[in-house]
Amino acid sequence: MKPLGEFQIVNHSVPRGDGIPKVTGSAIYTSDMTLEHMSWAKILRSPFARARIRSIDVSEAKGQPGVIDVLTGGDLHGLHPYYGHGVKDHPLIAIGQVRFVGEPVAAVIAETELAAQEALGKIAVEYEEMKAILDVDTAMAEGTPRIHETDFADGSFRGFDDFPGAAGNICQAVHVGWGDVDAAFASAAHIAEGEFYFPMVYAYAMEPYVAIADFDSKGHLTVYSSAQHPFMVRHDVAHVFGLPLNSVRVIVPYIGGGYGSKSYTKIEPLVAACSWKAGRPVKLQLSVEEAFLTTRGDDARVRIRTATDANGNLVARQATIHLNTGAYAENSPMVCRKAANRIVGPYRIPNVKIDCFAVYTNTVPASSYRGLGGAQVTFPGESQMDELAEKAGYEPLEFRLKNLAQSGESIHPGMRPIDADIPGDIREASRMLNMDRPLAAGHGRSVCCSASDAGAHPVTLAMVQVYADGAVSVLSGSTEIGQGSHTVLTQIAAEEMGVPLEKVRLIGSDTAVTLFERSTGASRTTTLMGRAVLEACREAIAQIKAMAEEVFAVPQEKLVEERGGLRCGEIYLTWAQILEKYFMMEGCSIVGRAYLRKAGDLTLIPVFWEIGVVGVEIALDEETGKILLDSLVTIGDVGLAIHPAMTEGQDLGAATMGLGAGLFEELIYDGQQLMNGSMLEYRVPRFSDLATHVEMKLVQNRDGVGPYGAKGGGEGAVNPISPCIANALYRATGVRMRTLPLTPERVWKALQEKKRQVL
Amino acid sequence: MQIGFELNGKQVTLEFEQRETLAEVLRGRCRLTGVKISCEAQVCGSCTVLVDGLPVSACTLLAYEVRGKRVTTIEGVAEETGRLHPLQQAFLDHFSFQCGFCTPGMILAAKALLDENSAATEAEIVAHMNGNLCRCTGYLPILKAIRQAAAEIRGQK
Repeated sequence: MKPLGEFQIVNHSVPRGDGIPKVTGSAIYTSDMTLEHMSWAKILRSPFARARIRSIDVSEAKGQPGVIDVLTGGDLHGLHPYYGHGVKDHPLIAIGQVRFVGEPVAAVIAETELAAQEALGKIAVEYEEMKAILDVDTAMAEGTPRIHETDFADGSFRGFDDFPGAAGNICQAVHVGWGDVDAAFASAAHIAEGEFYFPMVYAYAMEPYVAIADFDSKGHLTVYSSAQHPFMVRHDVAHVFGLPLNSVRVIVPYIGGGYGSKSYTKIEPLVAACSWKAGRPVKLQLSVEEAFLTTRGDDARVRIRTATDANGNLVARQATIHLNTGAYAENSPMVCRKAANRIVGPYRIPNVKIDCFAVYTNTVPASSYRGLGGAQVTFPGESQMDELAEKAGYEPLEFRLKNLAQSGESIHPGMRPIDADIPGDIREASRMLNMDRPLAAGHGRSVCCSASDAGAHPVTLAMVQVYADGAVSVLSGSTEIGQGSHTVLTQIAAEEMGVPLEKVRLIGSDTAVTLFERSTGASRTTTLMGRAVLEACREAIAQIKAMAEEVFAVPQEKLVEERGGLRCGEIYLTWAQILEKYFMMEGCSIVGRAYLRKAGDLTLIPVFWEIGVVGVEIALDEETGKILLDSLVTIGDVGLAIHPAMTEGQDLGAATMGLGAGLFEELIYDGQQLMNGSMLEYRVPRFSDLATHVEMKLVQNRDGVGPYGAKGGGEGAVNPISPCIANALYRATGVRMRTLPLTPERVWKALQEKKRQVL
Repeated sequence: MQIGFELNGKQVTLEFEQRETLAEVLRGRCRLTGVKISCEAQVCGSCTVLVDGLPVSACTLLAYEVRGKRVTTIEGVAEETGRLHPLQQAFLDHFSFQCGFCTPGMILAAKALLDENSAATEAEIVAHMNGNLCRCTGYLPILKAIRQAAAEIRGQK
């Protein structure tokens, strides 16, 4: 393995490929695009959480100036209007009934956005309201009607064969376990038990959902979208219209934030149906208020207990998780699977029983949110580790070190062993946080960790084009959501091909041009697409080496590979020069390709374990209950950082997002109505929430299956931050908080309660 | 209606409807799409432009209000030669953006501060920038960039 110091471009914080466009305002996002003859759509949304649609009268709306057409659920003849990669339960527009406040009921297509907006008020919808099913307990109670009255086809996408869909209002149930928990709890020395709640959160990608759809005269469909997963969108849209895959082209320009909320298919089938109906290109730009009504994170109620033996060794963990999945499955079946896996934590536990349920309710559909179930379950898991440490008589750090899986050790039978040094990571975080320093009054510290089965299903295909003038193009279906993939992938290609970074161009994401990539999420891009690009470069080099035999007129064994080309005695030719001599033509290029699938060293799931390690020192204002961050430390155990500065940036960004859910973010329902679905009322972290001291560190043990031993980052730190704050608060005050977010009001009330108990 | 104002150093006269916001006019009629629209409620700062040097949310300002005034968008921040403003360069140097959607507003808000006071303290920077949200970076890289640009601007004076 090439030593760290010998990399020329990889492992260096090179300038971002998208840097100049983004600081000069020339970066084009889907929001910024217009097409020739483009029209605009606006959506009429349901005012009821659960109702039958008796009738929709669009005649007056159709007669409004500028209005081209109106689309409703009655217009979808000939289409397969239900989509969903897990469960095909989601109509592209309400058909016969509505299932949450905000569900699209009609779409007006008009010459201008304003004309479309104004015509919405001319649509008359008659509803027959039904009793809404708004919480998990009601949804699961006997006798409660089903939110979806029929069973739906499973999504046909490969890699999703574990989406059964279940009876009643249970969208998905996942059971994970081994050993005998009942016997283990019966003979345990110490048990901690409790119920925790992780709130309903909104990712707030600053660019709201937007898509443009354009059916051309040959029936080919082009979609421009802010989607994270263009190939998943292609799959769903092709299914809706019964089109072959090469008739649907999904192009993703720059994306204004994702964090999982732009995973999978959102508004694209609806916009495509508008274009299909109106015979024009159609753009639909949602507002942030509408984005609040499109996707949120699953809130989670977790009943959990954990036990040790008399020596402080973990012997059992049992948990029942209820996810409030909202009206449609979206990616919640996978959140359910991941939450069940991730609540075990990075510990060796001989007896485990986890039951996780994703439950339909008449609320905004929940789906992927950064960490994919990890944040929801690491809060109870790591909070309980501190509670149990105290009962068993250990310091939290010592207790974790005693029970953490070592590198190479399994935490889930049958899954990939741990490919990280988590004990080393939390020792380092504790050192960075100066855990031994005396605490000031009102201060508390904690270090927490998580291990997530990351990478999703490994199917990643890539091409590189090597030109005879020394240029190289990387054709990648990964999307640039800001995480820096377009930079990282070009770094890998430049390193492998031995060309300057400026010579490498990234082409994507465009499903008509690039090969298949399942998704951009689950922290997989560096690991899987990075490796595919590396292998595609090597494959191109192998082709050029074969050509070189003819060019040099010697067998390959006599040719020595030197950075960027081959040497034969005194003669050195670059790859480009060999190509030119071989074809005897300027302007040629060849293609190297790589097809990664679940095979070889990618057979074991997960692709890698994504480790989250954070430490905080909080300062509590006891008078107001406000928690301030004195210190924040993060460890990125990433195998090798292709781009160290951006990797650290992922850790800080993820920690800050986790901080939001830990301290103030929560979507609040009053009955069937979402009460705080706007940025005036939904509080996300600001400049003033930044910790006074921030330190990030990368651990590079080259222990991943990605390029040069790399593993993904970007979602790890979001998971352990909220329990870290809660544990630090306990250290500071003796108050144990089991419900997030830790708003000043909630903390203050808990402090008063504690004082009353002491008196 | 028709109004005249200075846009990125050039006098312009534009025709638009009375109800149009400055953001709508800049994005729709001038194709200055560096003005980003997010919250539409003066919370996030992504649509920040400078009007007579002061940061303003273009999403909620009627375009009519800038008649006779000087408007700067992100497209007008670099020099005509293409040389980047110290803030733009510092944002590149410190990787102060990821998705980049908040970046134009961030740079303009910071520019308003540094044009006024390039010796701003850390607390002053934080207070000034608190109306600009970023969901990707965790803010520290932006703070570092503003510090670097401030030092450079002080050095030039």
